[in-house]
Amino acid sequence: MQTHKYDTVIVGAGGAGMRAALESSKRSRTAVLTKLYPTRSHTGAAQGGMCAALANVEEDNWEWHTFDTVKGGDYLTDQDAAEIMCKEAIDAVLDLEKMGLPFSRTPEGRIDQRRFGGHTRDHGKAAVRRSCYAADRTGHMILQTLFQNCVKQNVEFYNEFYVLDLLLAEDEAGNKSTSGVVAYELATGEIHVFQAKSVIFATGGFGKVFKTTSNAHTLTGDGMGIAWRRGLPLEDMEFYQFHPTGLAGLGILLTEGARGEGGILRNADGERFMERYAPTIKDLAPRDIVARSMVLEVLEGRGAGPNKDYVYLDLTHLPAEQIEEKLPDITEFARTYLGVEPTTELVPVYPTAHYAMGGIPTNVEAEVLSDNTTVVPGLYAAGEVACVSVHGSNRLGTNSLLDINVFGRRAGIAAAEYATTHDFVELPEAPETTVVELIERLRDSSGTERVGAIRAEMQETMDANAGVYRTEETLKQALADIKGLQKRYLDVSIQDKGKRYNTDLLEAIELGFLLDLAEVLVVGAQNRKESRGGHAREDFQARDDENYMKHTMAYREVDAKGEHSIRLGYKPVVVTRYQPMERKY
Amino acid sequence: MTAVVEETAPGTGHGSTAAERDHTPIVITLRIRRFNPETDAEPYWQDFKVEADPTERILTAMMKIKAEQDGSLTFRRSCAHGICGSDAMRINGRNRLACKTLVKDLDMAKPITVEAIKGLKLEKDLVVDMDPFMQAYKDVMPFLITSGNEPTRERLQSPEDRERFDDTTKCILCAACTTSCPVFWSDGQYFGPAAIVNAHRFIFDSRDEGAEERLEILNEKEGVWRCRTTFNCTEACPRGIEVTKAIQEVKRALIFRRV
Repeated sequence: MQTHKYDTVIVGAGGAGMRAALESSKRSRTAVLTKLYPTRSHTGAAQGGMCAALANVEEDNWEWHTFDTVKGGDYLTDQDAAEIMCKEAIDAVLDLEKMGLPFSRTPEGRIDQRRFGGHTRDHGKAAVRRSCYAADRTGHMILQTLFQNCVKQNVEFYNEFYVLDLLLAEDEAGNKSTSGVVAYELATGEIHVFQAKSVIFATGGFGKVFKTTSNAHTLTGDGMGIAWRRGLPLEDMEFYQFHPTGLAGLGILLTEGARGEGGILRNADGERFMERYAPTIKDLAPRDIVARSMVLEVLEGRGAGPNKDYVYLDLTHLPAEQIEEKLPDITEFARTYLGVEPTTELVPVYPTAHYAMGGIPTNVEAEVLSDNTTVVPGLYAAGEVACVSVHGSNRLGTNSLLDINVFGRRAGIAAAEYATTHDFVELPEAPETTVVELIERLRDSSGTERVGAIRAEMQETMDANAGVYRTEETLKQALADIKGLQKRYLDVSIQDKGKRYNTDLLEAIELGFLLDLAEVLVVGAQNRKESRGGHAREDFQARDDENYMKHTMAYREVDAKGEHSIRLGYKPVVVTRYQPMERKY
Repeated sequence: MTAVVEETAPGTGHGSTAAERDHTPIVITLRIRRFNPETDAEPYWQDFKVEADPTERILTAMMKIKAEQDGSLTFRRSCAHGICGSDAMRINGRNRLACKTLVKDLDMAKPITVEAIKGLKLEKDLVVDMDPFMQAYKDVMPFLITSGNEPTRERLQSPEDRERFDDTTKCILCAACTTSCPVFWSDGQYFGPAAIVNAHRFIFDSRDEGAEERLEILNEKEGVWRCRTTFNCTEACPRGIEVTKAIQEVKRALIFRRV
């Protein structure tokens, strides 16, 4: 075992982690721990852009952006947080440009902007060009630019280090404070304890609870799972976004920017069905609405293909040069993976699990909360792992790239300031114990269950029972399935017993986190007897502001016998400027 | 491009496709070069038979083997659609991403060989030590270098100036190019194509003022002049970057001292 000491430790090297590192490493001794290499993070898969009211191509302002974000989130968005994000968006984009990000340009040489779902002029009057983009590789460019600047600034990375535990000290009154993290080094199998004054979690989402997903294989919710097991709450986990345009059957993401450039969704009859569901902004309605509309088209028999189980994205009316210039990557995905030529053929698409609106609760300073208001000193979270909540019950397209830059930066500054004004908290005795036990149990197990089988069954039931539409019955089924799988997981064994690059072991650990989080998602969904944003109940189709305009807070409870259960509480929504209205587009 | 069965969607003016392709599973053989540093003195080949849909990715077949047959099979993967750069491998003798190579695009009747990329130290199965590769990247100063006061708003850049380095911004640092280069195989000190691509990305960026410095670095003994224009790198690039052309542009900039 090795022990390291840093002022600030950042877990995760995607957009949020590296944006935080650029700030914290200027102010405090910082280490970034990532289970991949920094440029492998899934920020790189984001395509369409990052919204900011630069008003480079038409009139716009941050207040309109704030309104869209609040309405897009179906009024579960904390309005103070959304306002901060939309105000700081402008500098966040300009900062990236100054760092070297190669944005697509207007003829005058300014950052170009395009339309995106749910982003409108003057409170919903028409779609507005707000998304700053670099072709359909905006996330790739952000990830590369942030990494390039980390290289420039000599940021210290620990690559392929899996953080598996968070060290929290607790005083007699039960107040927690942060003392570090425990990591597993993939190359050697060695355990490393990192003592730190402040810790930032920037570990991304948990899309791998679903089978059809745009998420990377590595998005297994480790950060949320670690916090959960350490007794910290998770907020709004039932709100999971399904992106409308995944390549049918595969889930690979095709950017909403395709519709921003003029692409149209059609059913098997060739009808532009979004005209019926969102008469004003049609195909550029927010993702929850478009995804539900697509599913309804299929359920009502208007799906396309041999099994009538998808719809079409139509780009064929757009000039081929525009497609090649503005949407080169997704064009290639359609060609490579479906053998479809988007300039002349319709592309089969269907919703794909994409983004967790919920996560570790934080305030606008990115400080982690242990209940509705209490800050855990020294602990921060930013990006998809966190729930600020700027996305409410449904995130608008591009707002995640914005979120990671705005709140990544805020987390980096706040964590470093905390580290420079506080002392180290003493490490617990044998801080590695939990991780060592976790690893040894899996390595020594002679059980008969296999990781791959349990993972596949979890993903099947989540797709079938906790997807775009949910009912009491399907959620009950999902919960029963997950509980059964959690039991079987106790009997899981691995074949690779070695120390070097043991990915067999890590996949088993990751599956444990996924099973925990799937349960929280389903329990939250079962409890929320209304439909709002990304959570659509067939048996409770209306939004119920009276009973449910509040955040879900899930807590992990352990009884005397060591059995765990989930306790649900609520947290009020912060309302400043906008009173809830019916959500029409 | 793959042929697709077309059907016409009524009500639209265009021909449409259902992408109806043959999904009948077949059994393929993956011949994988294995190496476990804890038990093996030398790498060896092992055959796995696995059922695969012809339209499936090689990565999917490998994950199936790992899940169902041998959990110790070790390889890096993340996004699974060609943008994270984790799974560059030598498949049937050519460097490619396992997640961008479909079964049907290879000869399915014969064993498909899968081995680690060459020229970097083999760590385990398909995993190599990426550190020397990343070091070469860092050595060319892959970041925007500017002087003077920053403007309040964005720096202006015409679409034409932006287009000059567009191709080299696509790099995902997968190392498929560098580890396909015969010069790199024989001389691990050579910067390699990926580092030069990333230098190109900044040398030809109108906002950047570090071109001179970078060109000096690439003018050194292990710099661009080691390139023998084999074009392996261009063929290997999963992002379709014209790597050899970018290297030629850097060479020309060095000769004429003008970017």
